[in-house]
Amino acid sequence: MTETQQSGKLNSVLRSMANHTATGLAVASTILVVAPLLAIFGYLLYKGASSLNFDFFTKLPVPIGETGGGMANAIVGSAIVLGLGSMLGIPVGIASGVYLAEFGRGKLLANMVRFTADVLNGVPSIVMGISIYALIVLREKHFSAFAGGAVLGIMMIPTITRTTEEMLLTVPNVVREAALGLGVPNWRAVTSVMLRTASPGIITGCMLAFARVAGETAPLLFTAFGNEFWPKSLNQPIAALPLQIYTYAISPYDDQHRLAWAGALVLIILIMVSVTLVRYVTSHGVMKGAR
Amino acid sequence: MGVGIEVKNLNAWYGQTHSLVDINLNMPANHATALIGPSGCGKSTFVRCLNRMHETNPIARATGSVRMGDIDVYKDASPVEIRRRIGMVFQRPNPFPTMSIYDNVASGLKLNGFRNRRIMDEVVERSLRGSALWDEVKDDLRKKSGASLSGGQQQRLCIARALAVEPEVLLMDEPASALDPVSTSKIEDLIFNLKSQYTIVIVTHNMQQAARVAENTGFFLNGRMVEFDSTHKIFTNPSDKRTEDYITGRFG
Repeated sequence: MTETQQSGKLNSVLRSMANHTATGLAVASTILVVAPLLAIFGYLLYKGASSLNFDFFTKLPVPIGETGGGMANAIVGSAIVLGLGSMLGIPVGIASGVYLAEFGRGKLLANMVRFTADVLNGVPSIVMGISIYALIVLREKHFSAFAGGAVLGIMMIPTITRTTEEMLLTVPNVVREAALGLGVPNWRAVTSVMLRTASPGIITGCMLAFARVAGETAPLLFTAFGNEFWPKSLNQPIAALPLQIYTYAISPYDDQHRLAWAGALVLIILIMVSVTLVRYVTSHGVMKGAR
Repeated sequence: MGVGIEVKNLNAWYGQTHSLVDINLNMPANHATALIGPSGCGKSTFVRCLNRMHETNPIARATGSVRMGDIDVYKDASPVEIRRRIGMVFQRPNPFPTMSIYDNVASGLKLNGFRNRRIMDEVVERSLRGSALWDEVKDDLRKKSGASLSGGQQQRLCIARALAVEPEVLLMDEPASALDPVSTSKIEDLIFNLKSQYTIVIVTHNMQQAARVAENTGFFLNGRMVEFDSTHKIFTNPSDKRTEDYITGRFG
């Protein structure tokens, strides 16, 4: 064996060792990421699944001392508050993201909006809750679903704004030029071509923001407040799953503890179902390129 | 039917860079005009000035006059209207990645608010036949994405998309430079056939290509047009020394 052949062999051993090490590290990191999620979900199943029954989804909470009852009003309430929040957060977030990516390049206002969005993203949720409490609840003199929706919506905005901007910037400029070259007005090119091309990423951003605020408790304490009964008006205090879980979890009764576990399990499942559903529905009409 | 284009004293800038200097050029209707020259000489900037794509770059500006038939491109119409009448095919195939083949071709009509399905079907078929792509894609019009086609097919799809809005002039910025020889010869045949209906301006690095498809050729160098004449004259007996040096391969 010549010297070069020998060193070649040594090199190939080293290379394959490096390869195996890198693959091993990647697999280990994947497990580290997935394990906590599986552990949480498994523990919730273990603690909560036994208390899940038909009543849980259809009945109102019962007074302390009685057994049974459910969280139907909280499930509906959460859906309403999240719906209101999405109606505020998604359009405003996407519109400001479009402004940042398409019309505000290099402008002072755009830089201010971007900075504000980043700061807003880091504001603790309880501070958001107190602000809306001061701005809406104190002024109206009562808690309401509107106030809850407002705080969740505002919390969704920065994430959606920034992902919309990032995703629009990843659309190659040649796609924009293709649209403009056809004699399509700029606003139309942005809404029908740029946004459509970036839509998978933007939808992911919306879902992230949605999933994040779906479990928020602190800001809802100051705004939606919670309610033992069915929601009758958006202008009244309303129940929400995280609030109900919080109330039951800190109560001294075992029965309520079990319901809190079940509520947490339902909350996670509902978030997963809605995210999957939105992904499935919105994937139609957007063709996937085979690149 | 195509219309001629007449360019007078065209100057263009990117920021401080004066990239086109005093261009004067007549491109006759229903002919193909080729623009040749080394990289960075201003050929692409020139065609982008013709349909006012140049000004979509915020630091770019242009002065001078471009007339298309009896319209002054810079005075009488909006850029949007001009781009509808002067179609463009880009260097890299750029189909809309999230749209089907059908939607790509129909996009110029759809995005301008046109809704009649029956007419749209006709336009899509006519445009795809016009770009010699119909037989290859007619079974997958709505099933496949524009981005799933091969590079050469994508470029013919982009030509079909430009034809669908029925322009009078077709600008092609190195339409075959990213393609293999078979696709290139298909595009060249296509250009040859399209001349009967459109005025064609084609930028190319490939001198044989210019000789094959164009009646007239202009030679650009450092932002100036050195020589413009019939293609035959340019390639056999150019009057400027620099043109001769370029086509004989002494530089560029």
